[in-house]
Amino acid sequence: MSTPTSWGNLPHTTATLLPVNRRKAAFPAVEDKVLPYGLGRSYGDSCLNDKGTLLLTRGMDRWISFDEETGIICCEAGVSLDEILRLASPKGWFLPVTPGTRFVTVGGAIANDVHGKNHHKAGSFSTCVLDFELLRSDQSRTLCSRSKNASLFHATIAGLGLTGLITFATLQLRRIVSPMIEVEQIRMHHLNDFFRLADESNHSHEYTVAWIDGLARGESVGSGIFIRGNHASEASDLSWKAKKTAAIPLNAPSWLLQKQSVKIFNALYSKKVKGERQAGSEHFLPFFYPLDAVDNWNRLYGKRGFYQYQCVVPRDGNRGPIHEILDRIANSGQASFLAVLKVFGDQKPEGLLSFARAGVTLAMDFPNRGPKTLKLMNELDEVVRQAGGALYPAKDARMNPEDFKMAYPALNTFTEKIDPAFSSSFWRRMHT
Amino acid sequence: MTHSNSTTTLILGATSAMAEHSARLLATDGDALFLAARNPEDLAPMAEDLKVRGASAVTILPAFDALKPDTFADIINQAAPFDRVLIAHGSLPDQEDCQDSLSKIKQELQINFQSTVDLCTLCAEKFIDQGSGTLAVISSVAGLRGRQSNYIYGAAKGGLNTFLQGLRNRLQTKGIRVITLLPGFVDTPMTADIKKGPLFISAEQAGICIHKAITKSKSDIVYVPSFWRFIMWIIRSIPEPIFKRLKL
Repeated sequence: MSTPTSWGNLPHTTATLLPVNRRKAAFPAVEDKVLPYGLGRSYGDSCLNDKGTLLLTRGMDRWISFDEETGIICCEAGVSLDEILRLASPKGWFLPVTPGTRFVTVGGAIANDVHGKNHHKAGSFSTCVLDFELLRSDQSRTLCSRSKNASLFHATIAGLGLTGLITFATLQLRRIVSPMIEVEQIRMHHLNDFFRLADESNHSHEYTVAWIDGLARGESVGSGIFIRGNHASEASDLSWKAKKTAAIPLNAPSWLLQKQSVKIFNALYSKKVKGERQAGSEHFLPFFYPLDAVDNWNRLYGKRGFYQYQCVVPRDGNRGPIHEILDRIANSGQASFLAVLKVFGDQKPEGLLSFARAGVTLAMDFPNRGPKTLKLMNELDEVVRQAGGALYPAKDARMNPEDFKMAYPALNTFTEKIDPAFSSSFWRRMHT
Repeated sequence: MTHSNSTTTLILGATSAMAEHSARLLATDGDALFLAARNPEDLAPMAEDLKVRGASAVTILPAFDALKPDTFADIINQAAPFDRVLIAHGSLPDQEDCQDSLSKIKQELQINFQSTVDLCTLCAEKFIDQGSGTLAVISSVAGLRGRQSNYIYGAAKGGLNTFLQGLRNRLQTKGIRVITLLPGFVDTPMTADIKKGPLFISAEQAGICIHKAITKSKSDIVYVPSFWRFIMWIIRSIPEPIFKRLKL
């Protein structure tokens, strides 16, 4: 038994680790319940399987084909988005949708139907998935797409790894002519600014996101920096090398992320933008993946770990539920330095359990300080529940099973598609 | 098949994790690759992968089984002419399973020593005829000192190290390089049952060291990674009267 971790370093679980290195190998004979595990970037317990077996998929990391004319790439499910960018971006191809870290596997990106800064234009990760193969515990291999085995396709997208093992996938990449992003950063003084900028940028900018000062209270709720960008249209050298990354070698002591240090960080971060508005061009690495530059940044939260709270709620004007949520967080004083706000597009999600849907999404880290942290998140749940919003399983370690059922109405249809040999800590927690 | 513009490398035991990661980097260089392994069907996904990475050609050879020495000459003839060979097959037996079984010991020595000696001898002939070549063999730091926990494996690798030394000595005037690769702990399917400590490196990191040793470095004996040179210097300096009492 080993002690695998998720990105939030909680909960603590044990599991048998079983590498799956060959996509053509038979489904492994295992007595207990299994769950695929890629790079472990889910924050809570959706990638964990306490007292069960984790099928380690990182060894399935081979390319199958890459058509440089059409941008169609086929690879095994353990290939990371980082590896796709290294191979394809120098040849003028880019991920049509990318989350805030490139250290996730293709299988994980599908199983959580991840989204990025361009959700309002491009939808979530599923939109670039042409097909994938699903290996189930009955040894069946099914090629799933929108036209073939569509019900299994839609159950596996955002299916939390429960419908079988994805062995390979085919993705449609998009053209770029430059690795640069034309970026504009605009200061926001309150939540009205955020909504105004989001509306104004909806058509003009492919990428929009806002960094929020979670400690700002009263009339300053929602102050922060609005970031928007487009791929540079002027051709330039597409080759790149990631700089040697810094690393956090050990868990940090618990005093590090106290309110005072977060205050200092937020003040410094907000100084990044001089005046009210700053424009320039930036390489796609720091634009999309600022935190990937620091290996194991999650250790900053110490050995007790942290929660990320990510919800989506209907907008309902500029003083709607998101204002209420930010207000409650600010008054609690528990906010951390990472807090992002984004307006999602209104495309119909393709996965039965897809999280990204029309509305406003907030993602914020909370260092684990025990009951008082859980109490705050329970209070935020009330607002989300009232508003008819949803929490994101990929980030969750504590949501209420009732709220999960309310937020994911296709749950029953999904449950029928689960492979009986598969389970996860998250899934069992939702069914107790 | 001839590949006039690219270097041709033959990889024996190509499905081993270290060999596969080395092959990926050789593919990125544009090498033409010949792959041989016990289960050639496992090589098809690897061959697709190497082509996407840039290999100028990838050829899968018939089944290569270290226990079937009669097939070796044919496999090598099918790949020839080639510029480099990487011999990567091996097996890590459980010491207790094999120390009292003469047939098991014989089998392990065949896989980890005798088969490699045969292959090196056959490749050396080809390289002598060509007047050039690079012969790289994955041995192990376990061959540098006998320990009770795996001395059958260690003896095979130790014998191999001595054989390669002699072969290098003989071939050095003929423009042929002989590289002894000495990995320490590498996280591969071969070591799946061993608890991983801080000295373990990934197969990918091992592949980077091996690729560098084959293509750039001038060293004859290459530790994978280099800190094992220091560790093994200490281990080899312990006097035998003390060493024999240690539990390593």
